[in-house]
Amino acid sequence: MIKLFSLKQQKKDGTDGGSKGMGQKKSSAAQLRITKDINELSLPKTCTVEFPDSDDLLNFKLVISPDEGFYRGGRFVFSFKVGQGYPHEPPKVKCETMVYHPNIDLEGNICLNILREDWKPVLTINSVVYGLQYLFLEPNPEDPLNKEAAEVLQNNRRLFEQNVSKAMRGGYVGSVYFERCLK
Amino acid sequence: MVAEVQDWPGRWSHLQAILERSGPFAHPEFEASSEVLSFLEDTCRVLVIGAGGLGCELLKDLAYMGFRQISVIDMDTIDLSNLNRQFLFRKKDIGQPKATVAAAFINNRIVGCKVTPYPVFIAEFHIVVCGLDSIVARRWINGMLISLLTYDSEGVLDQSSLIPMVDGGTEGFKGNTRVCLPGVTACIECTLELYPPQINFPMCTIAHTPRLPEHCIEYVRVLLWPQEHPFGASVGIDGDDPDHIKWIYEHAVDRANQYGITGVDYRLTQGVVKRIIPAVASTNAVIAAACATEVFKLASSCCQTLNNYMNFNDADGVYTYTFEAERNENCAACSQVPQVLRFSEDTLLQDVVQHLKESAAFQLRSPGLVAMVNNKNKTLYMSTVKSIEEATKPNLKKTLQELGLRDGQEIIVADPTTPKSIVFRLQLATNMDGN
Ligand SMILES: [Zn+2]
Repeated sequence: MIKLFSLKQQKKDGTDGGSKGMGQKKSSAAQLRITKDINELSLPKTCTVEFPDSDDLLNFKLVISPDEGFYRGGRFVFSFKVGQGYPHEPPKVKCETMVYHPNIDLEGNICLNILREDWKPVLTINSVVYGLQYLFLEPNPEDPLNKEAAEVLQNNRRLFEQNVSKAMRGGYVGSVYFERCLK
Repeated sequence: MVAEVQDWPGRWSHLQAILERSGPFAHPEFEASSEVLSFLEDTCRVLVIGAGGLGCELLKDLAYMGFRQISVIDMDTIDLSNLNRQFLFRKKDIGQPKATVAAAFINNRIVGCKVTPYPVFIAEFHIVVCGLDSIVARRWINGMLISLLTYDSEGVLDQSSLIPMVDGGTEGFKGNTRVCLPGVTACIECTLELYPPQINFPMCTIAHTPRLPEHCIEYVRVLLWPQEHPFGASVGIDGDDPDHIKWIYEHAVDRANQYGITGVDYRLTQGVVKRIIPAVASTNAVIAAACATEVFKLASSCCQTLNNYMNFNDADGVYTYTFEAERNENCAACSQVPQVLRFSEDTLLQDVVQHLKESAAFQLRSPGLVAMVNNKNKTLYMSTVKSIEEATKPNLKKTLQELGLRDGQEIIVADPTTPKSIVFRLQLATNMDGN
């Protein structure tokens, strides 16, 4: 162990103590980490990211265009907001495209475990991207957010498939109108 | 200046018993003498961060342990609900800044103690002690203390640049105290995994299968509020606005009734919305005492310090456990000696990128560069994301000066070849004296 102070040790006064006062802004730990996450994004070919402001790595959009499964041909936009608590706290993700999906509600809330209860600091933005992509390949009726869609998927896959393509082309499923989101 | 303080006979005899004679637990280099007490009183500057539950205890403890050069910082104002445990505050103080009132109270009560609110330069302190409930704030202080470390040309740490951080935290009947020596022992970022994650219930549970009163409150907070915008389209939830809490509470009760759930009340609603963990005064007292003892040991060297993380729990009897949190060799904050990059003001950014790729010392593959320019993050260059590459490509042809980069500037560099971002410090020669 080290002995830290000699008794006579005087610390420098603020005046000549250098420029590192409390007021000086320093890149946050969240910024250090998100820079790494973004620089190393390795996106599946169905995904792209868009940064409205390239200086702001904490806010961006992810576009998923599935090339297989129920949602093939669609184009779904997600907004990511990464807070100063990152990666202790997960990014806040919303689906901006209205979608007929058992795990995404009509407000854009998403039921994906790693975005909430199972988030861990070792996970990255890439993990979330893959998680979201998986939701389109394997919608999960066990954890429903859109209960009706989940029930249809469970009981009649054929009807579910028809409803999904109806919604993606733009039109009503039941009483809900979906905007067209085909590529 | 010291002479004006009256120390009556025997005032510090409890400290003198420890500081003026050696003992079996003393640090090997401890030299017992009366000068140690004078160091604590006149020289040793302690920064207390947070003047809440832990902070009030810490200020009182430190002042009674002979520390006089204390600063305290806290951005909060005093609320009625603080008064049961934040004992430096009275009813008349409600609405006042915590730091100012706490400092005045201690100075008034403990003769000779000079607590100042609002410290200016963090570098002037010998020791920092934190009593915070925010992980973001802890990480910020941690990063700040690490950025103050200086190294010689061999990469050996200059110990006089090291400011130890003692950190206390409590959550109900649980608490912990830890001692971090930035650059030497595990830092806050090294052990980010140790902090309990924020409790987030699964979205589908909240939406369709609530079982707990908390699920009902979360339903209103997460799903109903953004749909109904009860106080206007752009109005977010303010946990301190009684009307907001009342609205959430009433709708949570409706939902609880639908599902036959009991236990939603106003207090719980406020607790869930503000993510308040019930504060227990006795836990704060224990943890603050442990922290103050560590500050005393660090300042006086009279005893080995805690090595380095102590957990405490008195929910059932009393349990404590101490272990040595280990440094994470890939810690984003402390695992590297900041590397110096020497260029001149008229160097082009593309030459810097080139250097990072080609120099034998780095050999980076696709570095992404970010800096803080005029207190704003700026992406200098990043090739891996198409939209960013397009936006930042013109920067490659600009000089460092044109990009607003200054001498001493920190640059964050991320690259797939390194497990975390690297922080470089830019040393810029001006055009005139460029050598
Ligand atoms: Zn660390």
